[in-house]
Amino acid sequence: MRLASPLRWPPRPDERALMKQVTLSVDSLSKVFNRRTIFEEVSFTLQEQESLAVTGRNGSGKSTLAKILCGLLSSNAGYVRCSVEGKEIPSENMFQHVGFVAPYLNMYEEFSGKENLRIISNIRNLAGDTAAEAQKLLKEFGIFERRNDDVRTYSSGMKQRLKYAAALLHHPEILILDEPTANLDQEGIDVVRKRMKAQTAEGILLIATNEREDLEYVRVFIDLDGRKTSQVTSQVYP
Amino acid sequence: MYLRIAVKSLFVPSYHIFLKDSRSELRTRYALNALFMFVVTALSVILFSLGSESVSHDVLAGMLWVIIFFSSMSGLSRAFVAEEERGTVATLQLIARPAPVYVGKLLFNFVLTLSLNIVISLLYILFITNFVVLSPTIFWTTIVLGSCAIASSSTIIAAIIAKANTKGTLYPVLSFPVMLPMLITVIKATQLSIEGAFFSEALGEFQILVSYTVVIVAVSAVLFEFVWKD
Repeated sequence: MRLASPLRWPPRPDERALMKQVTLSVDSLSKVFNRRTIFEEVSFTLQEQESLAVTGRNGSGKSTLAKILCGLLSSNAGYVRCSVEGKEIPSENMFQHVGFVAPYLNMYEEFSGKENLRIISNIRNLAGDTAAEAQKLLKEFGIFERRNDDVRTYSSGMKQRLKYAAALLHHPEILILDEPTANLDQEGIDVVRKRMKAQTAEGILLIATNEREDLEYVRVFIDLDGRKTSQVTSQVYP
Repeated sequence: MYLRIAVKSLFVPSYHIFLKDSRSELRTRYALNALFMFVVTALSVILFSLGSESVSHDVLAGMLWVIIFFSSMSGLSRAFVAEEERGTVATLQLIARPAPVYVGKLLFNFVLTLSLNIVISLLYILFITNFVVLSPTIFWTTIVLGSCAIASSSTIIAAIIAKANTKGTLYPVLSFPVMLPMLITVIKATQLSIEGAFFSEALGEFQILVSYTVVIVAVSAVLFEFVWKD
């Protein structure tokens, strides 16, 4: 089923001025692993200030869909298109506009948190004062005090916080979060949810989750469980 | 204009991937330890087995490249295997296009191979008394061009085998047929350096090595995206 017009947050005039026009179009996306259909015919379109959650039981393909959207996996059918300010972004350049956080991503453990962010900003070739931006994000996610320690000494929650800092370093127009609150304590969850709100105000937020509380931060969700019969079902979360 | 864009989008990220790998290697010593131990062991075995026997120059040239080939096999796959084992492949895929990843890893493998080959050559000249290089220019040119050739082929093969379960055995098995033309050429060039040939006599071998490297790098640049992505 196609989501013709997902709900929008009404944008404030001052936000409109700062925002970029972003569109993420997914059309008839299907994925098959070893002859097993994970999902098929997933279609939706999201624009700036829109948010979407992908739900479904374990193995329904939430993470697979998230990986396809950020370019880590390819689909068997269908396409993902992204445009920024009306200009279509080639798939090889999608990484410049997408931030992705997932429990299965890893940072370089032999480097400190600060070094990881510096490496990422250097490889991304980011302009501007990236050191100040990294410092701001490390403070926001509560790992500034441990910034010079090797990542191997971090707890799983701290590593998850560092992944958020790394994903937000380039101010992505599209933020994709797979299990956004995994490994986090309540303080971390609060910071992440604040960021989810901010992302929805500025760009596109897409989360893959089964946490009911997370669904309160999006306006539309897709349930991948109906894939076998009516493919994807979608509904507005109450 | 185009040059500036190419530098910004390809060479700057490649350079930072090279720096990241170099710093990571200096901290973890994944490849360095394996390479060093292999070189020491291989040289010791050769020294003990030769004893006081006099071996022909052709055999000594071949043995030098046997050590270089197998020590490369024990360490050069780390560039991609380490990313796979640490689970950082996805992170790297999320922050860079495939081309800078390939160029960065190629550069890292080249620097590692060249340093390793220089050390092996110096130790070989020092300990194997029969191995006397009469044309140093030919010898060191062979080492530099051979390092380029080894780095170019080992980088793409490392990217291919990184996702396999039996990485250790697959790497030399896959590398051998790809590297065979290069190995024959470098052994021939090394023999010329021991015989004291003129530089012009080895030009044919050098042309083969340069051509081999150019072909492998060109093919790898085209294929790498398919190897790197799922």
